Amino acid sequence: MSATPLLERTLTDLAAALSRREVSSEEATRAALSRIEATDGRLGAFLRVSPEPALEAARASDARRARGEATSPLDGVPLALKDIFLTRGVETTAGSRILAGFIPPFDATVVERLRGAGAVLVGKLNMDEFAMGSSTENSAFGPCRNPWDLTRTPGGSSGGSAAAVAARQVFGAFGTDTGGSIRQPASLCGVVGVKPTYGRVSRYGVVAFASSLDQVGPLGRTVADAATLLGAVAGHDPRDQTSSTRPVPDYLAGLEGGARGLRIGVPREWFQGGTEAGVERRVREALAAFEAMGARLVDVELPHSRYGVAAYYLVAPAEASSNLARYDGVRFGLRSQARALADMYGETRDAGFGAEAKRRIMLGTYALSAGYHDAYYLKAQKVRTLVRRDFDRAFERCDVVAGPVSPTVAFALGEKIDDPLQMYLADVYTISCNLAALPGLSVPAGLHPGNGLPVGLQLVGRPFDESTMLRAARALERELGPSPAPEAIG
Amino acid sequence: MALSLEEVRRIATLARLRLLPEEEVRLAGELSAILDYVRQLEELDVSGVEPMTHALAPGETPFRDDEVRPGLSPEEALSNAPAREGTCFQVPRIIE
Repeated sequence: MSATPLLERTLTDLAAALSRREVSSEEATRAALSRIEATDGRLGAFLRVSPEPALEAARASDARRARGEATSPLDGVPLALKDIFLTRGVETTAGSRILAGFIPPFDATVVERLRGAGAVLVGKLNMDEFAMGSSTENSAFGPCRNPWDLTRTPGGSSGGSAAAVAARQVFGAFGTDTGGSIRQPASLCGVVGVKPTYGRVSRYGVVAFASSLDQVGPLGRTVADAATLLGAVAGHDPRDQTSSTRPVPDYLAGLEGGARGLRIGVPREWFQGGTEAGVERRVREALAAFEAMGARLVDVELPHSRYGVAAYYLVAPAEASSNLARYDGVRFGLRSQARALADMYGETRDAGFGAEAKRRIMLGTYALSAGYHDAYYLKAQKVRTLVRRDFDRAFERCDVVAGPVSPTVAFALGEKIDDPLQMYLADVYTISCNLAALPGLSVPAGLHPGNGLPVGLQLVGRPFDESTMLRAARALERELGPSPAPEAIG
Repeated sequence: MALSLEEVRRIATLARLRLLPEEEVRLAGELSAILDYVRQLEELDVSGVEPMTHALAPGETPFRDDEVRPGLSPEEALSNAPAREGTCFQVPRIIE
């Protein structure tokens, strides 16, 4: 059974319908809950659904609406969150056995802001354990599948977020992106995914993976939907020392400004044969579409981007090994019943962490250990500086950088799970943006000419200039139309 | 670069991971392959390059005032404790 006409509405349309009171939040929430009920047994996007609190929030929104007191465009809109955001009183696992049963005593800032905006939070979404992975197969609670083809992965680590939005289970979702974890699943599921500038959105109450790279961002069916979601959560948070004090612009204001006059940087290094032919064709067509709309394509060089994956797999595991030290069985989460303290630590962590988390803890511990720190971690941090300088130089000549998001369309479950390095290379085009702390997004660029699976175009912007890349993405979306609904999920 | 089993065990001890023997063998192979890949950074001359120790420019994130603010209550902080005694987290005996 395909999604009802109500669920086919974009978030922007639903918000307008709610404000005209053509539809109630309770109706929209019931529709979303029924859709989840009907499809999620096959999809696996959700780890937890909270129907009663969601319906209660929906009725409260309808009451506000009736009194003329709706607080924002998101008031009454059903959304869902990657299970990495702490939700007060609702189990939060980050996809890990070690956090099974953990009930946070507070809300993440993002969650607090969404509740304040009146959003209806229907549940928590599947993810790779601690956001480590590119396929959502590393979830301790079973994989999520791609709504376009249930034998394939949705990408990851925010695979549940992308799949739920694509499958019309919710009107928007939030994820996190450390090396591509919003943009890659967005690309593989045919939705819009935005990774804002590092520091744009608070990380307070977000389970930490690699603190200098992690950033929160929205996934939506359209660019306007994603821009609305971003605007609701962006901005300074005194509880996050890395959150920027810069004012937040109105991301919708210039959205329809078009692509005329934009200078779009095309990095030579992203078009050197590493991308599947059908994917590269759609990416090149998107670039041609920009040119036809009056944008100018500019050749740029990112000579250090080829070192991005190597630098990332030192920096991210090093930070992860430190962040994951807190899971020791003492204050929360799993605890083994060993009688000696050292045994309790070791057994708890061996039983609680999955294979990828262990791999990264080991790699990071090694990279930070005595005698290796300078050769690995410090070197990688210097390479980050070089990656950032490449972008700074490119942005002297262009306004946004464009290229592929992922070298392939969605891959099959099991295809890469036994080869960690191949899985890491799925992020080859997205990682530099995190290393350089820049904003990036994925916008649908059509379907693969052979297998009909979605292909995304990546746009990377200047620091804190989300607006320009969103405007460019909107221009392309207007030209190509948003991705159609995936048929496989029904 | 091949990582020996002995080295894998040393790192696991540092990371407080008690690995099964088959995990040690698997990780020795996987970590060696990843470290081989990472070695390509050796091609780069980074002399004179500052490490990117902060992702944001100085001044982007000013310090807040150092003042007392409400935090979690002891009950909230203890609400997920695997074992507790009164207002303390209970852990296995440390000193025999």
